[in-house]
Amino acid sequence: MTLSSQILQFFFTGLTVGSIYGMVGLGFGIIYNATTIINLAQGEFVMLGGLIMVFFTTVLKFPLYIGCPLTIVGVTVIGALFEFFAIHPLRNASLLTLVIITIAASILFRGIAMFIWGKDPYALPPFTLGGPIIIGGAVIMPQAFWVLGASMIIVIFMGLFFGKTIIGKAMSACSFNPMAASLMGINVRKMILLSFALSAGLGAVAGVVITPISLMEYDRGLMLAVKGFCAAVLGGLGIGYGAVVAGFLIGILESFTAGLVHSGFKDAVALVILLFILCLKPSGIFGSEEVDSIKKL
Amino acid sequence: MMTFTLFTIVLCMAFTSSGWAVHKVGFVAAITGPASFIGQPEREAALMVQEWINAAGGIKGVPIELIIVDTKGVEADAVLAAKKLIETDKVLLIIGASTTGESMAMIPICEKAETPMISMGAALSIVTPEDEMKRMEASEKPWLEVPKKQRYWIFKTTQNDADAIEKIYTYCQTKKMEKVAIMTVSTGFGVEGRKQLKRLAPKYGIEIVSDELYGPKDTDMTVQLTKIKASPAQAVINWTIGPSQIIVTKNWHDLGMRGKIPLIQSYGFGNKENIRLAGAAAEGVLAPLGLINYVEKANPKHPQRAVTLKFKTDYEKRYKKEVPSFAILAHDALMIAVDALKAVGPDKKKIRDYIENNIRNWPGVGGIFKMSPTDHTGVGMDAFEMIEVVRGEWELAK
Repeated sequence: MTLSSQILQFFFTGLTVGSIYGMVGLGFGIIYNATTIINLAQGEFVMLGGLIMVFFTTVLKFPLYIGCPLTIVGVTVIGALFEFFAIHPLRNASLLTLVIITIAASILFRGIAMFIWGKDPYALPPFTLGGPIIIGGAVIMPQAFWVLGASMIIVIFMGLFFGKTIIGKAMSACSFNPMAASLMGINVRKMILLSFALSAGLGAVAGVVITPISLMEYDRGLMLAVKGFCAAVLGGLGIGYGAVVAGFLIGILESFTAGLVHSGFKDAVALVILLFILCLKPSGIFGSEEVDSIKKL
Repeated sequence: MMTFTLFTIVLCMAFTSSGWAVHKVGFVAAITGPASFIGQPEREAALMVQEWINAAGGIKGVPIELIIVDTKGVEADAVLAAKKLIETDKVLLIIGASTTGESMAMIPICEKAETPMISMGAALSIVTPEDEMKRMEASEKPWLEVPKKQRYWIFKTTQNDADAIEKIYTYCQTKKMEKVAIMTVSTGFGVEGRKQLKRLAPKYGIEIVSDELYGPKDTDMTVQLTKIKASPAQAVINWTIGPSQIIVTKNWHDLGMRGKIPLIQSYGFGNKENIRLAGAAAEGVLAPLGLINYVEKANPKHPQRAVTLKFKTDYEKRYKKEVPSFAILAHDALMIAVDALKAVGPDKKKIRDYIENNIRNWPGVGGIFKMSPTDHTGVGMDAFEMIEVVRGEWELAK
């Protein structure tokens, strides 16, 4: 294997892994955009997406095109219920309290998933059959294109939703100043509920498309959330394309560190670069400090 | 009348369990908490064995009573459990704990109370005193060293990591593979395995040409395998447990390494579920596994066959799942204790002596045990066979 095809392989792997990080990172953005809460249970939505999809397609034997929407609807409902029962009753609590509630929820979801599915990993077949695609001596799995494609669609959707629709704009308004937003006739309560439902649905999409690559088990969400959160912060919280680009950046950096330096340094280097960039630009690569200063967190 | 009968039965049961006519055996395991995937199957196996023994009339008419304590994977709880079992319950011996850390914590208690302990933890340091471990590590050729003394009261039923690794290296030697790549997970299992892989390689004239690492929740190991593919390695040894062994298998398959650089997994790969999860990618993967994985295909005269088959069938019937390898440890530990009790009766010192001197060529599920004053583990490299995945089934590797 020549060095050039090795480097190409590192790049492809970085792209695949990075698209997973970006996808998870996207979910953080939506809730942040509506509430400025960092939802630390985001990784659990991804995990639930993967495991519920496994249930629909391998236990109930539903085809992909039925299992996938059902999974997304299911997790969306879970997200909405979570907001309704855990976040809403405490809406006057401080932001920190709410973030801690999301931690509690993540532990609860993990516990429930362990109870239902056990501790073993589950797999899904790739969406499109066929072996790996070979380009210049390096291989890439067709499933990686699904992940890439899904994140692109979500970025476009998020851009349109928050930039062009009334609901999206109303949602952003809630994060800047819920009081002013409600005076303008925006139902803040509904917007927050919607944001949780949306980001849960998004997490489910991520879970569904990445399970064929990474498998899924009850506690995988935690690690995904850590990496996804890094991507979201690095790209600038709440900025859809920011999370995706930053996800690629982290994935590719990790991959090249593992390939060219040593696999033991992989996680450390990515985190050091994250710290470095955040020191230089605390609002993230694409974030604006002006906007950040208005928001609460 | 019915109520009365039931009442009598309950009363009888209460008497037998609290009265004098039982052999009390302590059982310490991490049944809940992060290590519950180890402790839970151990508990299941122990309960099953207890039922076997008592259904067959106990030991010379005296039933055994397991007193099970959950450590939740916490070392301090293991210490408390050992104290309680020895002082309050007055057990004859203790089986446990599940992990190396908890077992190490219990050792001083058992030694002080002169109570035999059969650990289900893996590390050699459980049965080998500290100064002996230091002597071996300080030696010029650590790969040739074996312990010369053992902790007097402590035994264990797990094979050492090193035994599985020696089996792999022996296989590599016969296949004329002198250059291997290793990839290990960054958890305790992988770190220990990596140490042993590096320590033992010179013994078999094997050179490690690539040494890669990854995290337990990493989603892709293509990069590590790409480096190995470009190295002169003739085989890759992957030392991990959990989902990462499936991901490595898939990546290895996707990179087209089958037939060029064979993939050898750790003994943690011994679960049919792994083959199912990896699908066609698992074809040709090798692993050092115990008899239980291929017992149906083993030589009918194999000394372990009968005991293994009984354990496997009963466990699967009772718990409706494949036998997790950890269950075997509890079975063997409890059966050794039962044999000792049968032979010498309820005397701690005699039980210890019996285990050390009379568990010789003793067929367990995990291997043929040969305990001795210099070996309180009793099972070695011969507990493993190199197994290959052929058409989704375990087959003896050619």
